[in-house]
Amino acid sequence: MSDVKIKITDREGFVHEIDAPTDMNMNLMEVVRSYELAPEGTIGICGGMAMCASCQCYVKSDHQLPEKSDDEEAMLAEAFHVEDNSRLGCQIHITEDLEGLEVELAPES
Amino acid sequence: MITTDILIIGAGPTGLFAVFEAGLLQLKCHLIDALPQAGGQCSEIYPKKPIYDIPGFPEVLAGDLVDNLMEQIKPFKPGFTLGERAQHIEKQEDGSFIVTTNKGTKHHAPIVAIAGGLGSFEPRKPLLENLKKYEDNGIAYIIKDPEVYRDKKVVIAGGGDSALDWSIFLANIASEVTLVHRRKEFRGALDSVEKVQAFKNQGKIRLITPAEVTGLEGEDKLEAVNIRKITTDIEDISIQVDNFIPLFGLSPKLGPIADWGLDIERNAIKVNTFDYQTNVPGIYAIGDVNTYPGKLKLILCGFHEATLMCQSAYQRIYPDKKYVMKYTTVGGVTGFDGSKKEAPKAVVKAID
Repeated sequence: MSDVKIKITDREGFVHEIDAPTDMNMNLMEVVRSYELAPEGTIGICGGMAMCASCQCYVKSDHQLPEKSDDEEAMLAEAFHVEDNSRLGCQIHITEDLEGLEVELAPES
Repeated sequence: MITTDILIIGAGPTGLFAVFEAGLLQLKCHLIDALPQAGGQCSEIYPKKPIYDIPGFPEVLAGDLVDNLMEQIKPFKPGFTLGERAQHIEKQEDGSFIVTTNKGTKHHAPIVAIAGGLGSFEPRKPLLENLKKYEDNGIAYIIKDPEVYRDKKVVIAGGGDSALDWSIFLANIASEVTLVHRRKEFRGALDSVEKVQAFKNQGKIRLITPAEVTGLEGEDKLEAVNIRKITTDIEDISIQVDNFIPLFGLSPKLGPIADWGLDIERNAIKVNTFDYQTNVPGIYAIGDVNTYPGKLKLILCGFHEATLMCQSAYQRIYPDKKYVMKYTTVGGVTGFDGSKKEAPKAVVKAID
């Protein structure tokens, strides 16, 4: 297994091109935290249960991502700043299919 | 003025367990929490989620863990100031502290233990123009006294348990209840969803979905909300209302604690790992709110930190007393309520 390259735009608009491991059972929210691209306490508040939307991000590239679960749909329906391309980072598992993924972190709310 | 030995800020699992460890040392505790109930995140965010890493519990629901902790600390009769946020701290000449909440309740204690988790939970507010103007003037995010809504026209927005439960509750009090949600699907207990369906069929709740509140109107107080319903086409509706209650959940903010003169690093309070004391002697920080090299935000780590904090607090309160830790299997648990739990005595009987 190898790393995939992901482009993440942080909440200040800075673009980070980072390597995300596919073999560590990580999700996108955890990758953002491990690279400290958003201050601790402002992302991944619920720990990854799709219950807080603090890891909301916009998917900019046209990757085919797995369908949203009912939990993710429900949480996004109650979140703010939601767009059609909104996803919860904690629900996006890092796999080899994500090579070249581009996302932007949604504003803190 | 409420007086106690250890004033605990935050009634999550770590704060609650601190009451037990303090009680074993005959120290009294009082807890302050911004939420109306004890349990912190476990009660507020994920009461129905199972936790698998509490030692001795292969699986326990977060809500049940809180119930168990409340049962465990009952003999030590902790006091609670709930629904209020710790706002100010003032060090007294004798080294003790007075902590005042946002409602003005004062607490006096020689020891303050901050077990604040990620901070106090603040309501998440929808992004609407003029929102501020109508706050407490037609708009509320937390329902304190349902009687306020008697015979009023109320709009509730949200799709979770609180939106469902309050719609049901207010249906019998308010003259009109309208529930607005961005989707047709709601995330709540099944019987709440069914009850709202029944009330809708009976005309007791007006349901507008999928829709969003897009605007607020009113001269001095809220008089109408604009709602945009999005199905195949877009339909804009304006409803005359007295009250609008957005229920979009709560998000934690470190809040006023950040201004207490404590060393803060990445939204957490720096402590030493000897006794989890902060840079201010007498103020400790335990659980998710603290940070130190190797910190893990786990409930089980919070329990450990609470235990060591209490030992240190005891030494601080009674610097001249010698103390030797006693196992509960040896010393039992003697409550402040007169209760006594102890291991049954072994049977000593001769065999003929």
